[in-house]
Amino acid sequence: MDISKKIVDDLVANDVSFITTVPCKQLAGVIEEVEARPEIFHIPSNKEDEGMGLCAGAFMGGKRPAIIMQNTAIGVTINTLATLTQYYRMPLPMIISYRGELREPVACQVEMAVHTKALLNQMLIPTYHFHKESDADELDAILKYTFMCNKPVAILTDASFWGGYGDQ
Amino acid sequence: MIRSEILREIAPILHDNLVVCNIGLPSQELHMIDDNAKNFYMLGTMGLSSSIGLGLALSQDKTVISIDGDGSVLTNLGTLPTIANNVADNFILLIIDNGSYGSTGDQPTYAGKKTKLEAVAKACGCENVVVCQDVDTGKTLQAAIDSKQMTIIVSKCDSGNIKLPVITMDPVVIRDRFMKAVAS
Repeated sequence: MDISKKIVDDLVANDVSFITTVPCKQLAGVIEEVEARPEIFHIPSNKEDEGMGLCAGAFMGGKRPAIIMQNTAIGVTINTLATLTQYYRMPLPMIISYRGELREPVACQVEMAVHTKALLNQMLIPTYHFHKESDADELDAILKYTFMCNKPVAILTDASFWGGYGDQ
Repeated sequence: MIRSEILREIAPILHDNLVVCNIGLPSQELHMIDDNAKNFYMLGTMGLSSSIGLGLALSQDKTVISIDGDGSVLTNLGTLPTIANNVADNFILLIIDNGSYGSTGDQPTYAGKKTKLEAVAKACGCENVVVCQDVDTGKTLQAAIDSKQMTIIVSKCDSGNIKLPVITMDPVVIRDRFMKAVAS
């Protein structure tokens, strides 16, 4: 089964109906699938903290939100995660492309990769790392956990999970 | 008029609607003037009032008014194209434009200099952008509600603040009672 389709199937099965995205090459298939599903309102955002604001509003309006973004966004959104999502205790699944891991061709991506887990850990954000395709079997349980505990939860998906970057 | 005087004047209009209110003095002023469950006070996260309000408006049918400041809109300028391209006719963004960062000591913003937020909003694709003077904010806001069209209002006023206490309500209480008001 196509992994992008499986991820979006799990989101829909968990009643996630409001998704904001900031693009990433690795997540392009997921974003395309999100856009194609009639059950999901897809709203691209210009910056990830803006997207988290949209998700906060959607949650208070009765929708289950999610954000799809790159790990560089952790650097952009620390304040929003602390003073909005966590402070008001709101659930937010964050499906994150974990750039700068094994098979990464762009050296600069490594600079945020080395901080990603440390920052998430410092923020006490439950973090799951998808490295092999079978790791995605846990997504359904992770989404249920997120909406059970009303916390932001990070799902890091690395290049090995996505099958690398192709020919380089 | 200064912002707190505008809020006092429009409080009866705000009272019947869902309000997402900007961080700092605007929320403290609204809390003092007319605290009620339909107000969502931002205690942190400068710049996201319009984003929270848009997400809320797109997710349910009640009218949502986001109260923002010129400084906060400048902080999150990317919000304007997102608003323009995701029209919610139950959404009103009220920018109280006093040309200064009020909560931090009235330092001037670029909106008080060359930058015109109404022109930025139009250039971003927002279709209903209304500029008004402080004294006309109430009737402009009521007209926007009655039009049932997504509207950006830029209300030009004087800078200045009143002294008042911080909000001590727990954020989860603010959020919980707001969500109950949204769902009622």
